[in-house]
Amino acid sequence: MSSETNKILTTDGIPLEESLKKAEKKNKIKAFLLVAPLLLFLIITYVFPIGDMLFRSVDDRMVTNMLPKTFKAMEKWDGKELPDEEVFEAFYLDYKKLVEEKTFGKLATQLNYEKNGFKSILKKLKRKMKKFEEGNYKEQIMEVHKRWANVEYWRALKRRTPAYTYSKYLKGVDMYENEDGKIVQVPEDRRVHKILWVRTIEVAFFVTVLCFLMAYPIAHLLATLPMKYSNLLMICVLLPFWTSLLVRTASWMILLQQQGIVNDFFVWIGLISDDNRPEMMYNKTGTYVAMTQILLPFMVLPLYSVMKTISPSLMRAGKSLGGTPFVAFWKVYFPLTIPGIGAGCLLVFILAIGYYITPALVGGASGTLISNQIAYHMKSTLDWSFASAMGLMLLTGVLVIYWIYNKLVGVDNIKLG
Amino acid sequence: MSKNSEFVKFDKVDKSYDGKVLVVKDLNLDISEGEFITMLGPSGSGKTTCLMMLAGFETPTNGEIYLDSNPISNIPPHKRGIGMVFQNYALFPHMTVYENLAFPLKVRKIAKDEIDKKVDKALSMVSLTGFENRMPGQLSGGQQQRVAVARALVFDPAVVLMDEPLGALDKNLRESMQYEIKHIHESIGVTVVYVTHDQGEALTMSNRIAVFNDGKVQQLSSPDKLYEEPVNSFVAEFIGENNTFQGEVSDISNGKCKVKLKEGEIVANPINVKSKGDKTTVSIRPERALINPTKKLDNNYKGKIEEVIYHGDHTRVRLNVLGNSEFILKVPNSSQNLDIKLGNIIDISWNSADARALDPK
Repeated sequence: MSSETNKILTTDGIPLEESLKKAEKKNKIKAFLLVAPLLLFLIITYVFPIGDMLFRSVDDRMVTNMLPKTFKAMEKWDGKELPDEEVFEAFYLDYKKLVEEKTFGKLATQLNYEKNGFKSILKKLKRKMKKFEEGNYKEQIMEVHKRWANVEYWRALKRRTPAYTYSKYLKGVDMYENEDGKIVQVPEDRRVHKILWVRTIEVAFFVTVLCFLMAYPIAHLLATLPMKYSNLLMICVLLPFWTSLLVRTASWMILLQQQGIVNDFFVWIGLISDDNRPEMMYNKTGTYVAMTQILLPFMVLPLYSVMKTISPSLMRAGKSLGGTPFVAFWKVYFPLTIPGIGAGCLLVFILAIGYYITPALVGGASGTLISNQIAYHMKSTLDWSFASAMGLMLLTGVLVIYWIYNKLVGVDNIKLG
Repeated sequence: MSKNSEFVKFDKVDKSYDGKVLVVKDLNLDISEGEFITMLGPSGSGKTTCLMMLAGFETPTNGEIYLDSNPISNIPPHKRGIGMVFQNYALFPHMTVYENLAFPLKVRKIAKDEIDKKVDKALSMVSLTGFENRMPGQLSGGQQQRVAVARALVFDPAVVLMDEPLGALDKNLRESMQYEIKHIHESIGVTVVYVTHDQGEALTMSNRIAVFNDGKVQQLSSPDKLYEEPVNSFVAEFIGENNTFQGEVSDISNGKCKVKLKEGEIVANPINVKSKGDKTTVSIRPERALINPTKKLDNNYKGKIEEVIYHGDHTRVRLNVLGNSEFILKVPNSSQNLDIKLGNIIDISWNSADARALDPK
C-alpha cells in the first residue's frame, strides 16, 4: 500500500489533494460562471451555425422523405435495366401524394440538379396523371414522355436514395458521380470552380507576399522611430483601418477606373497615351491593389508588436562583433521577427482567402474569388447546401494551413500584439 | 614590447544630440594598451555616450578618436574590431551559446575547426565549458553575463568595451563577477574600457578611473588616489563617504590653511583654494577622524553623539561637530573600550593633511 502511505495529509489529517480540491472548488465555480455567458454566446453564434452548415452540406433527406415508397421498392433493383412495375407503382403513389400536398415543385428542382430534363417530365407527368387508370403504371408512365423509359433517369433517381450525400463537395471541385457510380470530372467547359479555387489561393498568396514586403519596413520604422514620429506614422497606418471597408474599396474604384485619377496622372506625365488607358480594375489587378491596401494593417500590427520587443542593442551587438549592417540584420534581427511574420502572414492569408466585398466590387469577372461564388449560391441559386459545402471546404483549407503553420513554426510563436 | 600609452585617444571630443546641450565637453583622454580604465559617473554624465562614440554607434560632434594612432570617426562599427559587452548582455536569443560565440568568428570567415577551438577556449576562460548547446534563455543572469564577456573576447579584439555589464546582477554575483572580469583582464592583457555608476565596482577593478560629471572628466587617476586625494568636491562626494564643512579661508600659509566656519575654525590642506577669503568645502573621510587620539593632531574638537547605527563589522556614529550634525564616524567593532553611547560627548581629532579644502559646492 505504498500509494496510501505516500499520500500527504494536511495537519487535520485530510489528504492534501482532497483538501486542495475543496479549497479551489469555489474559485473554479466562480471562474466557470464568469466565462459561462461567453461560452454560451460562442455556442449559439459559432459552434451551432458551423454545425448546421456542415449538416446542411451533406443533408439530402428532403428527396428521401418525399419518395419513401419509391426508394424502398428500388432497393431490389440492380440499376441495369428499367425497373419493374413495383417501382413505377411506388413512384406513382409517392408523386401523387406530393401533388396533392403541392410540394412536388421542390422535388422537381432537386431532381433537376441531379439530371437536366427532370423538371419538364415531372410537370408533364403531373398533368397526365389525373387520367391514369389503376394498375400497370409502368406503361402508363412511360407513355407520358419517352424519357421515362430512359434508364438514365431512373438511375439518377436512385442516386438520390441515401439520406446523406457528398455530391455537393464533388461539385465544388468540378466533379460528379456518374451513372456507373464513378467519380469523374465535369466536361471541361463547365469547370468553373477549380479556376476559382486556384485563383483564390493565388490572390491570397500574392496579397500576403505584397503585404509582407510593404509592411516590414513600415513596422520597422514604427518600432525604431522616436515616439513623436512613430505615433504619427501609427495613425497613418490605423486611419484606413478605422475607415469603412466599403468606403476604402469605393475610393479605390475612383482611383483605378479608366478615367480615374491614377490613369489621368499617368497620361499627364506622359507614361501612357490618352486613348490607350490600361484597365486597372474589374480584373485581378484591381483585386490585388485594393486587397493589399486593406489588409496591410493586419500585417503591420503583429510585425510592429514583435519588433518593438527586439532590443536595439542586439543589432548593435551584431555590428560590434563584426557583422556588416546586412549580416546583422539578416542573422540577428530578421530571425527574431519570424513570430511576427508568421502571425501577420497567417492573418492576412486567412482573411484574404475568404475575402468577399472587395473582389465583388473591383474584381470584375476575372477578379472574383470563391467567396463571391458562395455568396452567389446563397443569394441567387438558393442552393444553400452547395454554398455550405464550399464554405466548409474553405474552412478546412484554412485549418490545414493553420496546421501546416503549426508544424513549421509552432503556434506558440505567434505574436498578435 | 613597449606599450602604447595612447592606444585609445579622445582628442577634444564634443558631443551634442540636439545642437543645444553638450553631453560631452572637450574630452581629452588617453588610454594605454592593456589598461583597465573605468568611466565612472552618475547617470547622464556622458560616460555611456563616450563609450558609444568609441564603439562607433555615435559620431563625435567635434574632435577625433584615435585607435592605435588611426582616426576612427569614419570607420563603421563592424570594421573597428572592438568587442563590446552590453548592459542587458544582448545575447542573440535565437542562437545557442556556441552560435553566439561563433558569430563574430563566422562573419570573419574563420575556418570551422579554428572556430571550435576559439569558442572552447573562450568558454573555458569564463568556466562555462559544456554549455555550448544551451539557449541564452536557459541560463542564469550570471551565466548570460559570462557568455557576453566570452563573446566580446572570442575574436581577440584590441579593446573591449563594457557598458554597465553587472547592473542586472544581484550583489553577491556582482562581486564575484567583478573579480572574474578583473582576472580575465589580467590574464589576457586586453585593453578594457568599463562604464559604471557603481563606485565600488570601479575601485575594485580598474587601473585608472575617469570620474565623469556634466560631460567632463573631473578626475582621472588610480583608485587609491581618487579616494585619498579627490581634486574637487564632486569627486570627494561621489567616491566613498565624506564629511564636509562649508567655510571661508581666513589664512593660508606653509601648505596649510585656516578655514573659518559658522562655529569655530579648522586647519586644512589647501587643494582648490588660492587666497584668503575664498569660499571652500572641507572634506574629511570618516575613517580619518579619530576618537580619543593618543597622539595630539592639529585639529581637536569635541562632538556630541546623536545617533549610533550598528553595521556588524563597524558602528557608524553620527556626531555634532562644529555645528555640523551630519558628521559620520566609523568605529571598528574591535575597539570595545570606547564609551559610545547616545548623548555622550567625545574627543575627536584629525590631521590637517586629511582635511582637504576643495572648491565650494
